[in-house]
Amino acid sequence: MFGRKADTAVNMLQQGHDREFVQDATGTTPAVIDATFEVERGEIFVVMGLSGSGKSTLVRCLNLVHRPTAGQVVIDGIDIGALSPAELRAVRAEKISMVFQHFGLFPHRTVLENTMWGLEVRNVPKDERRTRALEALELVGLSGWEDSYPGELSGGMQQRVGLARALATDADILLMDEAFSALDPLIRGEMQEQLINLQQDLHKTIVFISHDLNEAMYLGDRIAMMKDGRIVQIGTAEEILQDPANDYVEAFVQDVDRSRVLTASAVMEEPIATILRREGPKAALKHMRERQITALFVVDPNRRLVGAALDDDVIAAVRAGSGKLDDILHSDVPCVSPETPLIDLLIPAADSRLPLVVVEDGRLIGVIPRVTLLAALGGSHSNATEDQDTATSSQEVE
Amino acid sequence: MNLQDLRIPIGDWVDATVDWLTVNLDWMFDGIADILGSLIDVLETVLQWPPALVTIAVLALIALLARNWKFGVFTPLSFGLIVTMGQWEAAMSTLALVLVASVLAVLIGLPLGIIAARNQTFSAFLRPLLDFMQTMPSFVYLIPAIIFFGIGKVPGVVATIVFSMPPGARLTELGLRQVDAEVVEAGEAFGASPAKILTHIQIPLALPTIMAGVNQVIMLALSMVVIAGIVGAGGLGAEVFRGVTRLNVGLGFEGGLSVVIVAVFLDRVTSAFGSKASSRTSK
Repeated sequence: MFGRKADTAVNMLQQGHDREFVQDATGTTPAVIDATFEVERGEIFVVMGLSGSGKSTLVRCLNLVHRPTAGQVVIDGIDIGALSPAELRAVRAEKISMVFQHFGLFPHRTVLENTMWGLEVRNVPKDERRTRALEALELVGLSGWEDSYPGELSGGMQQRVGLARALATDADILLMDEAFSALDPLIRGEMQEQLINLQQDLHKTIVFISHDLNEAMYLGDRIAMMKDGRIVQIGTAEEILQDPANDYVEAFVQDVDRSRVLTASAVMEEPIATILRREGPKAALKHMRERQITALFVVDPNRRLVGAALDDDVIAAVRAGSGKLDDILHSDVPCVSPETPLIDLLIPAADSRLPLVVVEDGRLIGVIPRVTLLAALGGSHSNATEDQDTATSSQEVE
Repeated sequence: MNLQDLRIPIGDWVDATVDWLTVNLDWMFDGIADILGSLIDVLETVLQWPPALVTIAVLALIALLARNWKFGVFTPLSFGLIVTMGQWEAAMSTLALVLVASVLAVLIGLPLGIIAARNQTFSAFLRPLLDFMQTMPSFVYLIPAIIFFGIGKVPGVVATIVFSMPPGARLTELGLRQVDAEVVEAGEAFGASPAKILTHIQIPLALPTIMAGVNQVIMLALSMVVIAGIVGAGGLGAEVFRGVTRLNVGLGFEGGLSVVIVAVFLDRVTSAFGSKASSRTSK
């Protein structure tokens, strides 16, 4: 809430008036109105919204750099709004660190001195400060730059300093306010990858603010969609993509590069065209006729994929009186794992006459015919939707 | 009723206030006069007591360290000119007055600027006050200064402090407010106390602007100290004033030229410190 009469504005909002109405009536701008969410330990939680949606204000409320007019911030069961200024500073120094959109580096301090800032604030002994800061710099790949000044580094390197400064304090919670938005696309991609890699070792609790949906979907374990100061939907990337909560979210996700967000498991279909290995060519031919298809996937009793049988070969085998499928099996079936993003399915799908096979631990769990793949990329609600829904919900159970 | 007949006796009120202050706070003014007087005397002695050549050598060294060899050569030559014009003692007296006045003006102005940068209400109150102090014709300050402190160097220095303080406060406030909000937030987000943020982030980053303010303070102090020559503050002001009253163009010019030389020296040295501060932060 920015401006005077904040209390009146809060009351009006609680009575259900919308943002414009309150703004006109009180001259107060409510930046964040309703943002109730919990962030799990060790997850990357992305708050996603356009500029003006209140996301930057929201993240500053989490460490009370902006104090919310109403509401609570609870960290590890402690309401940090109720702490004394000194206690709050201790929480900031030990539990939360932050990375800023425009880096927020101190131009008059060297890279090393910047990185040591959080430890200096905490009065950590000088030697330890230095060691830990150097470790953090190594982690982000900036060893050897510690005596440079921020102004001498490129944007990407400056943000690495920002990240190192945040990591050096060993805080569990990392607030990242549009941390990569000011970087050019190539560097942004690199930094996103680096963050994911770091996160695999560090398991921080990260609240990441972004206005770039592709970034949000790439980084976020869960995503909160924000509009006009309110969180309108919280969910995983696939949940939001497949089941937008309202028109706003739907319009938003339209432009998303679905091929990078959706995975094979989300679009795969139930494998129907399968046959047990022992059944033989005659049974295979019968299956093909009945279902009017030209190929079958051959599995063993444990549903392990053995290979594929094609119509020509099956007919030839039947004519030759061969009793075994093994002789005519094609083993070069295009297999993919359930986590593969759709973008990586395109080339295998183009190269093969057969549908793609989704295999987990050697077991056949689904197939993706080209039509299904194309429909999923187009985002159309074709007959594939049903299968998608079951796939998504089964993921939720996991 | 005719508006011209209406007379608001602001002058009378000011007179009354000054009278009241003179009677009731006499002890305070005496104390201030004693402290200021001895400060000025000590500094004046330090500058005037050694042979002129020694002082000039020290000034030349300062010039060399602050800027470059060119300024290091220019300084002894120009101050040598002052000696040959017979204005050395007066120039050193003026320098002493300027230094005392500007140090005190900075000591008062900077904290005011810091408070103003952190407190909107105080800023709103301070700004018109500073405008007033700066635009009031400088001679006017001399009148109450004489009444409180008598004739001599002390009223000159007091009037100079009042007149030269505003840019110090103003530019300090400006400099602190211009520090990137995100950088300050970065300090805050890592749990730094307001005092630590002020001393380790805001002031270092605002230093170029603050130094520009200090430079302004010194230049204003120099111009005011010359005017204060009228009330017996001595120094180059007294020389210039003597030239004016005797219609002695030559004496007036020699005094004036000496003021210019001192001004150039002070300006170049202080602005050099300012740009040193900015070259570090802009890195």
